[in-house]
Amino acid sequence: MSVTIKDVEYVAKLARLEFNEEEKQKFTEELNNILGYVEMLQEVDTDGVEISIGAYRVVNALREDEVKPSFDREKMLQNAPDSQDGYVKVPKVIE
Amino acid sequence: MHTKTLHEVKELINKKEISCVELTKSTFDRISKVDDKIGAYLQLDEEGALKKAREVDEKIQRGEETSFLAGIPMAIKDNICVEGLKTTCASKILENFVAPYDAHVTKKLKENDAVIIGKLNMDEFAMGSSSENSAFKKVKNPFDLERVPGGSSGGSAAAVAAGEAYYTLGSDTGGSIRQPASLCGVVGLKPTYGRISRYGLVAFASSLDQIGPFTKDVEDCAHVLNVIAGHDSMDSTSAKVEVEDYTKYLNQDIKGMKIGIPKEYFAEGLNPEIRGIIENGIEVLKKLGAEIKEISLPMSKYALAVYYILASSEASSNLARFDGIRYGFRAEDFEDVVDLYVKSRSQGFGDEVKRRIMLGTYALSAGYYDAYYKKALKVRTLIIQEYKKAFEEVDVILTPTSPTVAFKLGEKSNNPLEMYLSDIYTVPINIAGVPAISIPAGFVDGLPVGMQLIGDYFKEGTLLKVSHAFERETEFTKVKPSI
Repeated sequence: MSVTIKDVEYVAKLARLEFNEEEKQKFTEELNNILGYVEMLQEVDTDGVEISIGAYRVVNALREDEVKPSFDREKMLQNAPDSQDGYVKVPKVIE
Repeated sequence: MHTKTLHEVKELINKKEISCVELTKSTFDRISKVDDKIGAYLQLDEEGALKKAREVDEKIQRGEETSFLAGIPMAIKDNICVEGLKTTCASKILENFVAPYDAHVTKKLKENDAVIIGKLNMDEFAMGSSSENSAFKKVKNPFDLERVPGGSSGGSAAAVAAGEAYYTLGSDTGGSIRQPASLCGVVGLKPTYGRISRYGLVAFASSLDQIGPFTKDVEDCAHVLNVIAGHDSMDSTSAKVEVEDYTKYLNQDIKGMKIGIPKEYFAEGLNPEIRGIIENGIEVLKKLGAEIKEISLPMSKYALAVYYILASSEASSNLARFDGIRYGFRAEDFEDVVDLYVKSRSQGFGDEVKRRIMLGTYALSAGYYDAYYKKALKVRTLIIQEYKKAFEEVDVILTPTSPTVAFKLGEKSNNPLEMYLSDIYTVPINIAGVPAISIPAGFVDGLPVGMQLIGDYFKEGTLLKVSHAFERETEFTKVKPSI
């Protein structure tokens, strides 16, 4: 499986990133190198092997559903790039 | 004073030979003397640190019982939150982010009256093996300023090695504690996945990330682990496994313990001088009565490939939250909301972070998910099984920590794949989720070499027991850089 500039453009769009032509060329080469390396996984026989999404014991961790105070609004908004009247301000989303 | 260990300065405080304020001031003096050259710190909090030190001095004067860590200066990697201080992850995208809360480990340290003196430099979002990926400045190795300290927790390792803190915290996703510990000649522990809460650690790869301590010796490591280990309801992956008093593993006999040597870790690519040092280390343990057994972990060769698929996939998902909306950097000129995301992310993230997001997004995209992501998860199962089986036969597995000593700045920065190979001996441990420690085992041309000991799940105590026996028999932790 070889990555093309077109693939890089498509993946960049999914990842919400943009690159100039030179960067696209560079990422295409680097991704091909890395994917060439990971290709070795195809030689491992994994028929009938279960997947492991975690290192060990994947169990649900449940707790009592109690009402607790959440973070202070003003304090959280201090990190927002733009805010107004206690809300995070964003550009118009609906035309 | 700066060459002393945590337990040594603790003794001086107990004997009232030094006050916590004096100790804290001397640490800031040390930082102002050497950190221009080292670059370990991104932020200092002298005022907060001195305030805490004074409080502890008053407690001592009143004759109150204090914690082992009370009044002693330490610092924290800049991807772990300390309320009121910046948490930048060494990234432009979080350059002005002020943590609105404490991480679980920070809370534990504060409850134990630790003196937090600042935040430590790192590879951006913990992605890298040299700390050259920091958006702000590079960290230098205290043993040779032309060389890297390793990464991603390079600031945490260098600060301890250079005497700029008595201990530090870092995070380890694929070797980010153990590899810099090895390259800087200090002790670094990556505990079992789930041993320490990740609440307040900025997520890179959630199924692999773990917080751990950097210390000057093994004894100190046990004391720090005692405080930061334990279950936390804010991290659903933190384990409800009892926290032992890890100091009980110090000064123990290791006679009859079984130590496994996996032959795959001594194959091609290992620097022959490092091989010699590790073989000497094996001899030391043999002399102490340990039983040495050759074992085989054939799946190890696939671990790095599994790691780069899984870590990048998880990172691409975790880092989607940095979009310029609720916090972090927002680009100035944009056309609409999507353009705001794209421009903020493209201007805010550095190259290596983009590379991993791209790789992860590709591996998770339609058509490739089964071939890459799912395949990697299956091979992960095989790696886990292999470690479980090995620990039926041996108590500890011994390997080199890194295939090379500290390399020159810039030496590997243009070849991502070569940089990734720095982690070849450390990544399998994160995939399996078991604990591992790197301890100083010798020097090649004046540069430190670390030995890695790997344990079964939640057997940090066993690692400390063997490490401490090795440390008592050797003098490597006592060698300090001349800076």
